[in-house]
Amino acid sequence: MNHLNHLVQAMDSVQLAQMSFPAELPQTVLAPYLFVSAAMFAIGLIGFLTRKNMIIMFLCTELMFQAAGLALIAFGRHHLQADGQTFVIFVLCVAAAEAAMALALVVLLFRHRESLSASAWKELNG
Amino acid sequence: MPAVLSDSSAGHGEASQSLAHLVEHAAQHPNTGPKWVLLIVLLPVLGFVLNAFYAAFGNKSKIPAWTTIALLAAAFIATLSMFLSYEGTPYTVQAFEWFNLHYGDKSFVANFSFYIDKLTILWMLFVTGLATLIALYASEYMSHDIGAGYCRFFAAFCLFVFSMACLVMGDNMLMLYLGWEGVGLCSYLLIGYFYKKPSAVAAAKKAFIVNRIGDLGLALGVYLTFVHFGTIQYAELFANETLHSYINAAATGDFSHIPAQAQWIALLLMVGAFGKSAQFPLYVWLPDAMEGPTPVSALIHAATMVTAGVYLIARFYPIFLVSEHALPIVAWIGTITALLAATIGMAQFDIKRIMAYSTVSQLGYMFAALGLLSTTGAAFHVLTHAFFKALLFLACGAVMHGFAGQLDLRKLSGVAWMKGWGIVGVTMLVGCMNLAGLPYITSGFYSKDMILAEAFITPGYRMIGWILVFTAILTAYYTFRVYFRVFVGPEHAEPGDEHDDHDDDHHSDHFHPHAPGWAINTVLVILACASMLSISLAYIQKAEHHGWVGSMVAESSASYHSPYAAEAHHAHVEHADMHPVAGPVGTAAPGKVFGMDAHAGMILVSGLGAIFGVLVAAYFHGPKGWQGLFIGGRTESGKCRMDAIARRAGPLPRLAENKWYVDEIYAAILVTPLRIISHVFHWIDKLLLDGLVNLFGFLPRVFAWIIRPSQSGVLQGYAVSMAGGLAVLLFVVLVIVMNSGGAA
Repeated sequence: MNHLNHLVQAMDSVQLAQMSFPAELPQTVLAPYLFVSAAMFAIGLIGFLTRKNMIIMFLCTELMFQAAGLALIAFGRHHLQADGQTFVIFVLCVAAAEAAMALALVVLLFRHRESLSASAWKELNG
Repeated sequence: MPAVLSDSSAGHGEASQSLAHLVEHAAQHPNTGPKWVLLIVLLPVLGFVLNAFYAAFGNKSKIPAWTTIALLAAAFIATLSMFLSYEGTPYTVQAFEWFNLHYGDKSFVANFSFYIDKLTILWMLFVTGLATLIALYASEYMSHDIGAGYCRFFAAFCLFVFSMACLVMGDNMLMLYLGWEGVGLCSYLLIGYFYKKPSAVAAAKKAFIVNRIGDLGLALGVYLTFVHFGTIQYAELFANETLHSYINAAATGDFSHIPAQAQWIALLLMVGAFGKSAQFPLYVWLPDAMEGPTPVSALIHAATMVTAGVYLIARFYPIFLVSEHALPIVAWIGTITALLAATIGMAQFDIKRIMAYSTVSQLGYMFAALGLLSTTGAAFHVLTHAFFKALLFLACGAVMHGFAGQLDLRKLSGVAWMKGWGIVGVTMLVGCMNLAGLPYITSGFYSKDMILAEAFITPGYRMIGWILVFTAILTAYYTFRVYFRVFVGPEHAEPGDEHDDHDDDHHSDHFHPHAPGWAINTVLVILACASMLSISLAYIQKAEHHGWVGSMVAESSASYHSPYAAEAHHAHVEHADMHPVAGPVGTAAPGKVFGMDAHAGMILVSGLGAIFGVLVAAYFHGPKGWQGLFIGGRTESGKCRMDAIARRAGPLPRLAENKWYVDEIYAAILVTPLRIISHVFHWIDKLLLDGLVNLFGFLPRVFAWIIRPSQSGVLQGYAVSMAGGLAVLLFVVLVIVMNSGGAA
């Protein structure tokens, strides 16, 4: 009942946000989230650069997407704003659309070369 | 030593008299002549065009020769008509307007027109006459080359006659230059006629390049004439007031008021004359020019082209008179050339080459005559020399033609006694007698005597006179050396190098000499007759003009009456106002030789000298018996009494045989350094300039070599570059943020 009373009062978004979150997280808690995000991104990047299987390469790109999303959420929590989470929704949408397109492309490429290896498409000699 | 003209009234009067001639004739320059005179120039052009057509249509007969002969004969008839219809005043005939530029108060006019006066007529008579005769000779001589080569020969022949006509008949210095270059070109084309022979090609190049050096002098002389006198047309030039004032000053011996610019014109024109007429130091091309066919040697390098230098000086005599040093230099260079060439000719074994050196030597005589203020002597010698030298060359050519290219006098003997060679023998004898200048019975004697006498009349030039007399003895010697070795004696003939070419069809091991046909014999006879008949020219109008040639020269720009000529004919020499110039032998009374009047003394000295030369040649080279005048001792073709002496005479014979190493000296001083410089420039060009350009082409390749691996086709490679770019971007952003954060 106290919550409803609060809602009746006119409050700005910041105050609302502050009320919906529990106490502010201490500074040092942000860092682990960023470390994890960075690690995920690095693993995804290295995987993309070193693996030859096209589906695995795509998997790695998805991993990079998620790492970015994690970083976004962590910062949003840190600044006590909903913007981070909002943007992550967008990122997830785009990732999904892109996944659909990329897998379609992989299927088409596979049909031409009967192989999922990226090196099957190396025609330039450099 | 300057040719100081006496300041006696007689001398001044003589100079003014020639001056008056110039003014009188020049003032009548608007006189235009009949247009048919242009035929003399047009007919050879027509010949050239027709021969070109014959070549294009693959003609394989003697038609090019008959066409050429007909056209040149018509040109000769036109020249004769021009001579017979000449009324005594020079006139011009214009073909078309060429340069007619006027700017402000100045103008440059040089039309394609022709100036006819007696000097022109004299020259054109023997040019067209000899051209016709030699074309007839060549119709048989060149018959081994019937086809494209035959047409090419006669085309160049006609072009040559056209150029010579432009040179001699031109009305301005530009026409002269046009003809000058044209004859040089035709000389190159004809010397290099056998273009597959490397020696012929080299000789043609040498002739052209050495001539070019002279042409530079001529071109500069033409420019300077225009700059100084404002005109290059003969008529205007000879009527020019400034020139008259210079001539008046020069007549009194005062050259100090004549500006250097005017004096240099003559020196530059002289260089051109030296190049074309093969005087020292530009004579080296003429002996090599013998690589061309014999008709070419006879026409171009004996009778016509090489006289262009003499014509140049004769035509521009007024300009030469105003230059203090030009005529003395001409005289001395002529003398030196005469002596030098005679010494070389004495030691050669190739008969055509001996004749070539003889030509150089005789041209030296002509130049000496011009320098001695005797244009009549020079012109007369040009005329007689044209006839007998052409005769000599054509006879040598007949020998070459008949003995498959053999020209070595050690390998031929007794040709005159072989069947069918009688006419060649007789005409060769006539030519040799003329060249040696045997007294009274040859025209060569009269012309040479005129020159020699002038040398003793003009003060300060006695040395030249004695050198020329000595050279005359040498001339007689080497001329009759050829005759006594090749034409008399036991019959012997070894074939030359061309034996293999015509040999395959008939006999393979037995060589038969190929006697000359009617064309060659006819021409030789006509020339021999002409040589003998020219004696009469010395007696026509002898009193007032020193002969017919003198009368032709007297009314042209070449006339000059030497103030000393009058003195020599009198028994007494003393003249109060005459100042003999102190020279090497200058203290002797001028005009006297051994105490006798110059002309009489000269007849004695040169006559005896010529006979002495012939006897020496007979002794050393003549065969046993009457053929060698009973003093010879040769029994076979290869050996003679001279060989023993030549072996023991030390280095001189060998030096003379090797042409005094002049060619080698030129090669060392001029040719080799130029070649080295050209190699240096070649390498600079290759390394520096080509290197620079190649570097510009090389840089994109290096750039591409760096960049290309990025287009490897490996998908991950592209991803790596993207990641790398991202890293760089991050780094930059971090740096900026830290800096701005630190600063803020």
